[in-house]
Amino acid sequence: MPGQSLFDKIWDAHVIADLGSGTSLLHIDRHIMHDLGGGRGLRRLSELGHKLRNPELIFATPDHAISTEPGRTSETTPLSSGYMKVLREETKKHGVRLFELGEDGQGIVHVVGPEMGISLPGVTLVCGDSHTCTHGAVGAMAWGIGSSELVHVLATQTMVQAKPKRMRVSFSGRMHDWVRSKDLILYLIGRLGAAAGSGSAVEYAGPAIRALSMEARLSLCNLSIEMGARFGMIAPDDTTFEYLAGRPFAPEGRMWDRAVSHWRTLPSDPDAVFDREESIEVDAIAPQITWGTSPQDVIAVDGIIPDPASAANPSRRHEMELAQRYMGIEPGRPIAGTPVDRVFIGSCTNSRIEDLRDAAAVARGRQVAKNVTAWVVPGSYIVKCQGEAEGLDAVFRAAGFEWREPGCSQCVAANGDVVPPGQRCVSTSNRNFAGRQGPGSRTHLASPAMAAAAAVAGAITDIRQLA
Amino acid sequence: MTMFTVLEGVAAPLLRENVDTDTVIRIERLVSLEKVDLGHWAFETLRYRKDGSDNPDFVLNQPRYRGARILLAGRNFGCGSSREGAVHAILGMGIRCVIAPSFGDIFFSNCFQNGVLPIVLPQAEIDKLAEEARESAAGGAFAVDLEAQEIRTPGQRTVSFATDPNRRRALLQGLDPIATTLQRDGDIESFQQRDRQARPWIYG
Ligand code: SF4
Repeated sequence: MPGQSLFDKIWDAHVIADLGSGTSLLHIDRHIMHDLGGGRGLRRLSELGHKLRNPELIFATPDHAISTEPGRTSETTPLSSGYMKVLREETKKHGVRLFELGEDGQGIVHVVGPEMGISLPGVTLVCGDSHTCTHGAVGAMAWGIGSSELVHVLATQTMVQAKPKRMRVSFSGRMHDWVRSKDLILYLIGRLGAAAGSGSAVEYAGPAIRALSMEARLSLCNLSIEMGARFGMIAPDDTTFEYLAGRPFAPEGRMWDRAVSHWRTLPSDPDAVFDREESIEVDAIAPQITWGTSPQDVIAVDGIIPDPASAANPSRRHEMELAQRYMGIEPGRPIAGTPVDRVFIGSCTNSRIEDLRDAAAVARGRQVAKNVTAWVVPGSYIVKCQGEAEGLDAVFRAAGFEWREPGCSQCVAANGDVVPPGQRCVSTSNRNFAGRQGPGSRTHLASPAMAAAAAVAGAITDIRQLA
Repeated sequence: MTMFTVLEGVAAPLLRENVDTDTVIRIERLVSLEKVDLGHWAFETLRYRKDGSDNPDFVLNQPRYRGARILLAGRNFGCGSSREGAVHAILGMGIRCVIAPSFGDIFFSNCFQNGVLPIVLPQAEIDKLAEEARESAAGGAFAVDLEAQEIRTPGQRTVSFATDPNRRRALLQGLDPIATTLQRDGDIESFQQRDRQARPWIYG
């Protein structure tokens, strides 16, 4: 029998029943809910006449709908006040742990899970949000679910799941200065396309992945869904264990030792078989920036905006033309130098402390360009407090950035934080879809350092060239 | 769950690739505290002009495809956000079946939860179906037969497709997924009892 992959091992350990034709009933170890889906899901559960099966395995926090305005409360916008009311009532009624505004555990679900030690190696973890693949970075099997599936999990603590194909991407080589894990994953999506991971669980492996910090791994796994993959994961190692040790919900003492010795058995066996294997040399990667309306529309920051005439087929050509018209850019020109109106540093991709340190290093001693509105939105209350303890808020404020409260903010136009129509934003988030940051908004995805560089230069800028 | 047996109706070709769920339904329509007619707002940015009038270039606005029940779509349809409202929105327009070369995985699962049948067919086959839809009067009458797992076209062709047997049975019988799983409550309970011994740290 061939060896097993990380994914296979976690899958097998969670099968409650084999339902035939590759589908199984799987146990769900962790379920994190946010303000848009959580309260409504619990309410729906009651309407259907079901009971919450395992409240102790469920966690909730507001992020999507909550305002991130400095000094915000749940009442800052009517929308958040409506959603918070339901979330508070329902979590209380059902005995679900809610991380409230202004306490550890509040923040973007995909930042909070790992930082609170809720996301652990070897667990199955779901959340009603597509970027749940982020948590795969700790060696978990984590995936985004829809609102009906969410109610199913509340009622049964299980999911009916068809086993995906297995794919592995191995990264080797050394990353150049100013190249970040965000650049690695954008580059990969650009190479393979936004549908490459469709129907697959992707494992990221190789020496260049092993060398990444835990937070960099989380940013990388975050974009798995932008490659079409519902699951993205990295085998747990000492970096993982060091990161998780002492987190509020991580096991302690002898239980920790026991857990770690279990987690050490999880990495893919040397002879594990994958349905598809890809390899990437990271030496070849420069800081990336997107030019279009899909994360696959990405080039190196010193590159030229591609010409639709060079497209492989007429339909791709048409899509490139539509995307460039929407984005208000012209083919054949360097993308660097394109003026920007907004910069957004935040989102579940890049709002952790290392991201903010990286952006602050660029902002320190510089000024946000005139006509640019630049925001820094910490991913969680813990990140915000740590950023303030390190004085990062002061660095950003002195440079002319706005320092905000934790939440999803401008990543999704659902909380009052929007990019106005026609404005161009360099964003550290994960989606540049048409209208994603607000109707008519134009989004360029990049790393935090690149975003900070755009803010101070007033234009898309090669961070390596920043004077 | 809504039953799905045989669906008859017009098929509309919307062959763009990577149509994301933000494009299918905008987040502001979903999060509104009031009740919103999602069908009206499906594909909003493609379907309406800035002044709110219909965009005549958008395929679903063409008279022959109004009232389409089947959508012929491009690669990676429904990629992006997990919002189940994307399925509610196309359902609100009357669409019960989407045929594409590939789908966003979460959208694909969400379809089954709402009695919408997603069918995967090769691009070349979808191109042929789209051609028949364009050439037959008023978009043509297609039939999607889940029992027989075949599509019958206005041009009298029969195209077979495959569906996961569990999901097919659930749709054909209109099974309630939660009720079905709860029949295995004993299995869930014994799994957790065993697992508490093996991985006590999971249960805190
Ligand atoms: S930050 Fe953006 S992508 Fe991440 S969970 Fe929030 S809305 Fe979704």
